[in-house]
Amino acid sequence: MSDLIKAFRESLETLDRVSAEALFQQALAAQTPIAAIESLVVPALEQMGQAWQEGSVALSQVYMSGRFCEELVERVLPPSDPDRKHQPRSAIVLLNDYHALGKRIVYSVMRASGFELFDYGRMDVEQLVERAIADRIRVLMISVLMLPSALRVSEVCARLKSRDSGIRVLVGGAPFLFDEQLWREVGADAMGHSASEAVTIVERWMGDMA
Amino acid sequence: MNSMERTLTTLGHREPDRVPLFLLANMHGARELGLSLRDYYASAANVVEGELRLLDKFGSDCAYPFFYAALEIEAWGGETIFFDDAPPLCGAPVIKRAEDIDRLQPPPVESSPALRRVLDAIAWIKQRVADTLPIIGVAISPFSLPVMQLGFDRYLELMHEQPQRFQRLMQVNEEFTVAWANAQLAAGATAICYFDPVSSTTNIPRSLYLETGQQVAKRVLARINGPTATHLASGRGLPIVGDIADTGTAVLGVSVLEDLAQLKAAAGGRISLLGNLNGIEMRRWTPEQAELAVKRAIAKAGPGGGFILSDNHGEIPFQVSDEILLAIREAVDRWGRYPLHWVGDWVDPDAT
Repeated sequence: MSDLIKAFRESLETLDRVSAEALFQQALAAQTPIAAIESLVVPALEQMGQAWQEGSVALSQVYMSGRFCEELVERVLPPSDPDRKHQPRSAIVLLNDYHALGKRIVYSVMRASGFELFDYGRMDVEQLVERAIADRIRVLMISVLMLPSALRVSEVCARLKSRDSGIRVLVGGAPFLFDEQLWREVGADAMGHSASEAVTIVERWMGDMA
Repeated sequence: MNSMERTLTTLGHREPDRVPLFLLANMHGARELGLSLRDYYASAANVVEGELRLLDKFGSDCAYPFFYAALEIEAWGGETIFFDDAPPLCGAPVIKRAEDIDRLQPPPVESSPALRRVLDAIAWIKQRVADTLPIIGVAISPFSLPVMQLGFDRYLELMHEQPQRFQRLMQVNEEFTVAWANAQLAAGATAICYFDPVSSTTNIPRSLYLETGQQVAKRVLARINGPTATHLASGRGLPIVGDIADTGTAVLGVSVLEDLAQLKAAAGGRISLLGNLNGIEMRRWTPEQAELAVKRAIAKAGPGGGFILSDNHGEIPFQVSDEILLAIREAVDRWGRYPLHWVGDWVDPDAT
């Protein structure tokens, strides 16, 4: 399987859709859709996320791959499929910011990994807290690019805590990458260095919440 | 040496009297004047007054009358969103549909009130400082401008899926960037900081850079009538340092995500480095941490010249205190004096 993952990842990195599609079909021929996703798509995207953290893969490759994999997965595992990982109930948001690419990438990679999640678009603190509580969200993923937006996460966390929401907050984006202490300072429960790390963290939390 | 002599000496890869410090805290000028960022940037006179007060207070070795990146988009018909505590951002993309690129024309520099404010600010600062210190103008690279024109996701899709439209967009943007950069030089700017974050290997692979961003930079920088510094705005650039030097730029603004000593070795005397203090962490630094960061950067990149100390983004966050900016200033005075005899014996306390 590791050879297949390596070949799939190389196809994604070079944006060779034909080859990636063929390799995905090869995995599908031997497994159920969810098993093919978990054994091929998720590890390939995980490796790419790790490589982006280390500087050997670029954001354009992560974005285009995430989008392509999202399409692949959508085809074999539509949102209504019972194999979609509905738990924990999750949402992603761009907080007080207008730089949407990071959120878009995480959303794609989460969906390409078999998750369903709400996309809240862009919201301010007040809107976000009310919506997340109303939707009974268990995992809230917050994406930002600007430092002041990152600092506003502290207001979100404080308000969620004051309402005993039990919502776990996962943050990501440039300010958190440049200051490794910042996610703790703002009261988040974790930070994702890359989109695929966000998937790993949510999967771990799924285990905790089960 | 004055700031101009100090800077030119280091750009010649020789050691000046001390490491030049480019303290790019342009938003702090609004705080000096007690104005909101919106009001501050509405007037060239405000920015001139703010910039002169910052020079007086922090002793930066350059004037940096940079307003905000979205200002260029105003020239294209876009709108700017202002915040109390963050750099202004561009509003909705000015290119709504990819087909709009087919009819796109570069806006004339002289017809944009926003661009004219910058030109006025540069001219007035030039009257005050003459040639004692460099005045740095700013132009967003034609290759990076589409992030604001289209949005980053749509731009990446265009680049990969519509190569002809991508080339057409580059042609239009190149005309604008060349005219805008040259207008700033004509107004009195000494050099142009060519912000090109999309070319960073954080954002695109080297192979794509060589086909796209580097070709654009070669064409554009050859037509700019003065020296340029290429800035990757916190993005990584180590694998393409030599490729960036090949574009004809004199300086590279580098990221704290990469090691300054490795960057300096990669530069190989062909290009000077600007950077790479961590502007995000700077918000919570103590003066002692600021001193250590300055000392570490100078130890890695100072010897032999070819180095200007600065932040790693080209814009220090509004949240950074004056106390820390002054601590950086003092640390450069203490540890940046050439010859750097202390460097050989110094052991970084945080080195593993």
